[in-house]
Amino acid sequence: MDFYLGLLQIIGVHTLLGLSAYIVLLTGQVSMAQAGFFAIGAYVAGMCTVMFGFHILPAILLASLLASLVACAVGFPALRVKGLMLVVATLAFGEIVRLFFFNVHWQVERNGAMVGPEGPEGFRRIRYFPENGWTSIDITAFIWVIVILVMLALWWMDRSRAGAVLRAVGHDETAAQSVGINLTAVKVSAMTAGGFIAGLGGSIYAHTTTHVEHLIFSVVLATFAIAYPILGGLSHVMGTLLAVVFVQVFLVEVLRFMGDWRNMLFGALIVLVMNLRPHGLLGEQPARMFDFLRSRSRREETHAAT
Amino acid sequence: MLQLDRLSKHFGGVRAVDEVSLTVERGQIFGLIGPNGSGKSTTVNLVCGLFPVTSGRVLFDGEDITELPTHRRLAGGIARTFQNIRLFENLTVWQNLWVAQNGAEDRQQGFLKRWYSGNRQGRAEIEELLEFSRLHDKRDLLAGNLAFGEQRRLEMARALAAKPSFLLLDEPAAGMSQEELKQLSERIRALRERGATVLLVEHVMDLVMDITDRIAVLNFGRKIAEGTPEEIQANEDVRKAYLGGAAEQEEAASA
Ligand SMILES: Nc1ncnc2c1ncn2[C@@H]1O[C@H](COP(=O)(O)OP(=O)(O)O)[C@@H](O)[C@H]1O
Ligand SMILES: [Mg+2]
Repeated sequence: MDFYLGLLQIIGVHTLLGLSAYIVLLTGQVSMAQAGFFAIGAYVAGMCTVMFGFHILPAILLASLLASLVACAVGFPALRVKGLMLVVATLAFGEIVRLFFFNVHWQVERNGAMVGPEGPEGFRRIRYFPENGWTSIDITAFIWVIVILVMLALWWMDRSRAGAVLRAVGHDETAAQSVGINLTAVKVSAMTAGGFIAGLGGSIYAHTTTHVEHLIFSVVLATFAIAYPILGGLSHVMGTLLAVVFVQVFLVEVLRFMGDWRNMLFGALIVLVMNLRPHGLLGEQPARMFDFLRSRSRREETHAAT
Repeated sequence: MLQLDRLSKHFGGVRAVDEVSLTVERGQIFGLIGPNGSGKSTTVNLVCGLFPVTSGRVLFDGEDITELPTHRRLAGGIARTFQNIRLFENLTVWQNLWVAQNGAEDRQQGFLKRWYSGNRQGRAEIEELLEFSRLHDKRDLLAGNLAFGEQRRLEMARALAAKPSFLLLDEPAAGMSQEELKQLSERIRALRERGATVLLVEHVMDLVMDITDRIAVLNFGRKIAEGTPEEIQANEDVRKAYLGGAAEQEEAASA
């Protein structure tokens, strides 16, 4: 039972990570910085609950806001460059964040014990959940309430004009500018929102594992983050969730017996999927189903208006 | 309304636009013609602010907009179409217009109206535009799945969604049949009736001579002539540069 709950928790956390890359990818930007925002969320939320005795909710909120603030600040210079240069720039940012936490050694005394991040040793005993008597079921439910809220918010955003604007920018920046879209504002907003969602994922992650260290937030995690929406496709937020389930359940768990070969297979499978289904696992179909529903309600509205 | 003041754009050694000055008056349909590669599209891009200028100024309604970013120019009333159609192919016809409306909308209105749904009036305007462009039965198709002529019409509708006072059309007739051409010139005339000013970049001579009030001719980035359609037709330099060039092309095509 605990195994399955643990798996559900991982899926939830990685879905948040993937969604944070999804919203940035909608604008056509491949960001490798998401693991960095995730790390900021993890460390800051952990510090809030462990070192300063925050309740979990304000801790998560504060950490995510800080992650989104950093994302906003990174967005301005980073989004001036495109394509491969952006990948390199955001990758560099992720490494900077990782090295920053590698060096952070800041402990305070609480209840007679020293707590806080210990540099290379990582940040141990983020034990908010066990200390407050949360069971695995409580934790899992908590995570999924947040995941579902985020997915609903993104789904709603997707069908709004803001969603269409993001996709317009993702398709053709020159045309988007020419119809009056402020590219910088749109891209930085997407990055900021992505930073917030990654921050949410990270702060939850820190509390479920109780121990984080810089090595977790490496390029591998950044690759996972961007692989999810690419695998899942951009037609629907569900695609990202599906991709996370596919990767975490099938690739990580079912193929566990393959050991290190798994990573190679992971790469190969992503290449394969991208070739067979260039629009992601879900393809474009759901988007069309969606358009149909959407336009019908819209037509009714306009009929009512005229 | 639009004034180009010794405008230049060089790409490396190529003088794509070279010291071009011209003035478009309010309510005019102004033709910009010239052989391929003479700098017409580059001029359009400079007016929209897609490239920084090498030198010179762009004035709009007497205001210097040379340094203004593209999206601010649109808000000021300058919209355009592209020579090689650039629709948002991943969005539906309806959404293409919906997105284009956003840029021009009054910033005073609420955040949600602007980013969530747009207002009623805006939606009514989209209906009108779909009607005007004869695309109302295609509204839910992805723009990428439209036929060529429909894509051209949608591009123009998308430019109009911003309710521009000044419209730049970059070779809107390219690849059109005789029938479509007739409809296009009707639509451009209808626009003028609504009070828009149009800069028409065109290769199809009949269309330009037919509907423009005034024409400027570019050759190798330089303006070699300007005048009424009659004057341009009678101009020797234009004949040599443009019509000569066209004749060469025809020869090359038939050879
Ligand atoms: N982005 C660019 N980079 C380099 N050269 C360009 C660019 N755009 C246009 N040019 C060059 O500028 C000249 C004018 O091109 P253009 O304005 O497209 O002509 P036209 O629209 O009249 O056919 C051509 O020689 C073209 O090769
Ligand atoms: Mg051209």
